[in-house]
Amino acid sequence: MNAFLGWIEERIPMMRVANMHALQYPAPKNMNFWYVFGFLATIVLVNQIVTGIWLTMNFVPSSEGAFASVEYIMREIDYGWIIRYMHSTGASAFFIVVYLHMFRGMIYGSYQKPRELLWVFGMFIYLALMAEAFMGYVLPWGQMSYWGAQVIVSLFGAIPVVGPDLVIWLQGDYVISGATLNRFFALHVIALPLVIVILVFLHIIALHEVGSNNPDGIAIKHKKGSLPESEKTKYEIHEYYTSKYDIADDVLPFFPHIVLKDLVAFCIFLALFTYVLFFAPEMGGKFLEHPNFEIANPLKTPEHIFPVWYFTPFYAVLKAVPDKLFGVLAMFGAIAALFALPWLDRGRVKSWRYRCGLHKVNLIVFAIVFIFLGYLGGTPQENWKIIASQIATVMYFGFFVALFLYSKNENTKPVPERISK
Amino acid sequence: MKKMMCFLAFFLPGVALAAGGNVHLDKAPIDLTDKASLQRGAQLFMNYCLGCHSMKYQRYQRSFQDLGIPDELGQEYLQFTGEKVSDYITRAMPEEAAAGWFGAAPPDLTLVARVRGEDWIYTYLRSFYVDESRPFGVNNTVFPEVGMPHVLQPLQGTPTRTYEEQMVDGEMVKRYVGIKSDGTGAMSPDEYDQAVADIVNFLEYTGEPSKLESHKIGKWVLIFIAVLFVFVYLLKKEYWREVH
Amino acid sequence: MSNVSVDATESAHNENQPENNTRRRFLTVATSVVGGVGVVGAAVPFIASWNPSAKAKAAGADVEVDISGIEPGQLVRVMWRSKPVWIVRRTPEILEELGTHEDKLKDPNSEAEQQPTFAQNRFRSMKEEYLILVGICTHLGCSPQHLKDGAFEEVVEGVPDGFFCPCHGSKFDMAGRVFQNVPAPLNLVVPPYQFVDDNNIIIGSEAEAV
Repeated sequence: MNAFLGWIEERIPMMRVANMHALQYPAPKNMNFWYVFGFLATIVLVNQIVTGIWLTMNFVPSSEGAFASVEYIMREIDYGWIIRYMHSTGASAFFIVVYLHMFRGMIYGSYQKPRELLWVFGMFIYLALMAEAFMGYVLPWGQMSYWGAQVIVSLFGAIPVVGPDLVIWLQGDYVISGATLNRFFALHVIALPLVIVILVFLHIIALHEVGSNNPDGIAIKHKKGSLPESEKTKYEIHEYYTSKYDIADDVLPFFPHIVLKDLVAFCIFLALFTYVLFFAPEMGGKFLEHPNFEIANPLKTPEHIFPVWYFTPFYAVLKAVPDKLFGVLAMFGAIAALFALPWLDRGRVKSWRYRCGLHKVNLIVFAIVFIFLGYLGGTPQENWKIIASQIATVMYFGFFVALFLYSKNENTKPVPERISK
Repeated sequence: MKKMMCFLAFFLPGVALAAGGNVHLDKAPIDLTDKASLQRGAQLFMNYCLGCHSMKYQRYQRSFQDLGIPDELGQEYLQFTGEKVSDYITRAMPEEAAAGWFGAAPPDLTLVARVRGEDWIYTYLRSFYVDESRPFGVNNTVFPEVGMPHVLQPLQGTPTRTYEEQMVDGEMVKRYVGIKSDGTGAMSPDEYDQAVADIVNFLEYTGEPSKLESHKIGKWVLIFIAVLFVFVYLLKKEYWREVH
Repeated sequence: MSNVSVDATESAHNENQPENNTRRRFLTVATSVVGGVGVVGAAVPFIASWNPSAKAKAAGADVEVDISGIEPGQLVRVMWRSKPVWIVRRTPEILEELGTHEDKLKDPNSEAEQQPTFAQNRFRSMKEEYLILVGICTHLGCSPQHLKDGAFEEVVEGVPDGFFCPCHGSKFDMAGRVFQNVPAPLNLVVPPYQFVDDNNIIIGSEAEAV
């Protein structure tokens, strides 16, 4: 058996890669609960891919058949409803863990040097995920699918000169139609998942190259020869890391310690996930919107249309600006600002634990503003909300401006040399 | 500002449909485990609704099984158009004719409880009132200008809006107090409410036939996760004991 | 629902664990077992969803056929579980001929279980006159042709009627029995059926023993 494994290992280094990237990867031992969301996002990605494959087995990607085929899955296929709800609940769960994962990166400065590309890859995953989720939501071909697609695709019409033609080209018809559904299906089930998987792969490679950040923002890798033997880790860490650096006694191997911690979080996540799946799959109309149980009708717009909850913060930004083109620009700008975060933050201290009080306030206000924008974008329009969403939009961008300004000459607390000291 | 209104009009087409978010809705007294109520609801649906509304995503047989009705009995008492028991519950009326009579084809009702909510349907079916200005002679307080006749009138009787004279600040004021039947229906007001609840119960069932099973399975899955959590947690503690 | 397999990485675990005790080993095994049960449980909906759907099962229910209109010598095709089922009203001549070529057959006495017990006879039927067969070749699933009134002579000398599979040349007589030296290994399948009355049969179930 060993000879056989050796034979394989010589030809394809499976164990080496497993040891390097999973089993013997050095992770800071002070990583707290905020550090479980990357693992959870991976789990949800696997869930989406597996349930997605199963759904395509019975889904009919046509404007005539799509809606009925979803109900066919819900009613006629053995346990089809579980698979469908796993997928629909998974979509929302994905964004919950990704938003928490991103906020973790913000509070602990995980986007700062040398992790700028890690952050950018993450942002590309987020972008691909939004496209994936949007196209997926069109597939059941309910009222919200149809009118949501109508609104989002129309955004491209704001582009000067080519806009209107671009919209028709994207739709493949003069309105959202079966042609649109078919191409969204193709993109949703193969193109974008492939892109996401590749990006996740790059995200992990980039992470393992620079190493995991931690709540103190303290490096665990030190210059070769700078640490006395007694301060080096006693755990078996892959030579890929130990040959280049001295790894401090601040780390734990990814397996079993970090995996076990992630699994504890996974159980808690799973309990919440299955509770929603089995007892509240619509989540009060947030995960599955009520009008989407009515088949798409191009002649009748639902009374209120909103995107699904995870898009609503950006939708609120879009609505806040009283001009179509500038609204679209503001919306994309809100996402672009996140991309630029590593360069907008000019501070040298990573974790908010050691940064100035203003930074903490700024981050918390940003989180509140983001959630508030989500509320504004996902509830029926009222007069006060127009003003509120304009103020919130200004505050959203204000976070980045303020960060850029105060981070240059910031009053920081001294950061300890080592985690264990 | 004008531009902005155009913009909002584009993104928030406020075509007032029907629902009318401000109308008070009564809580539907329904229970998915009440098979007798579901069976009565199915019978009422087949008799009074299926003429115009389809339930085309649901099959007769599945409903019979879930409602505890033997196929033969179901075929005899609940199927009127000679379909097979394995067929979908489709209406007899052709699409074009339906659109012609009502202005728009009556919507499919398989999922109506998930679109409108059970309370809305429960209130809606009890909110028809006589209004001679409407094509079918009735209007609805929950769904103003509704394009549907009051098909349950033989059960409810003729419903009219009733007002109460009240002394307010020394003046007699007419106050709307609700809808009252003239008593010509086959049912008493309580019986009618129960009949409507039965229909709503059945619609709630057809909206999501897997609901009861979902709750049953979900309970066991959560218990299992609790057990798994205990083991994973203890194992994690065991390994992290030495970490300081 | 992936539970990282704990065993696969036993080696790393030992190296990284200076301490090793029975409690740890017990918890590792117990967690793996519970996790394994979870994985199996999570697999159930995915495996079960490949069964025929409720609708397909409903469509596979028994089929009732009125046979009063079938002429002597005529073959009628009906669908049962999306498969062609033949109903042939055999003439006395055909029935008589069945006894004359049994030396050329692989399984003249229908010993292989390709029919309900009531049809384990020369005629492979409940009533001699009516032959009911699943019209799918036992070789690779093509549907054989009905060659009659001497047309079958070209395939098997001296036998005027029979079934010939165009895909790989398998031959069957008018009781669905397979001839020797053809690729098909078994006689054609007789489905379960019952007579409701003289004119109607139900394909798909046998009458309950009285």
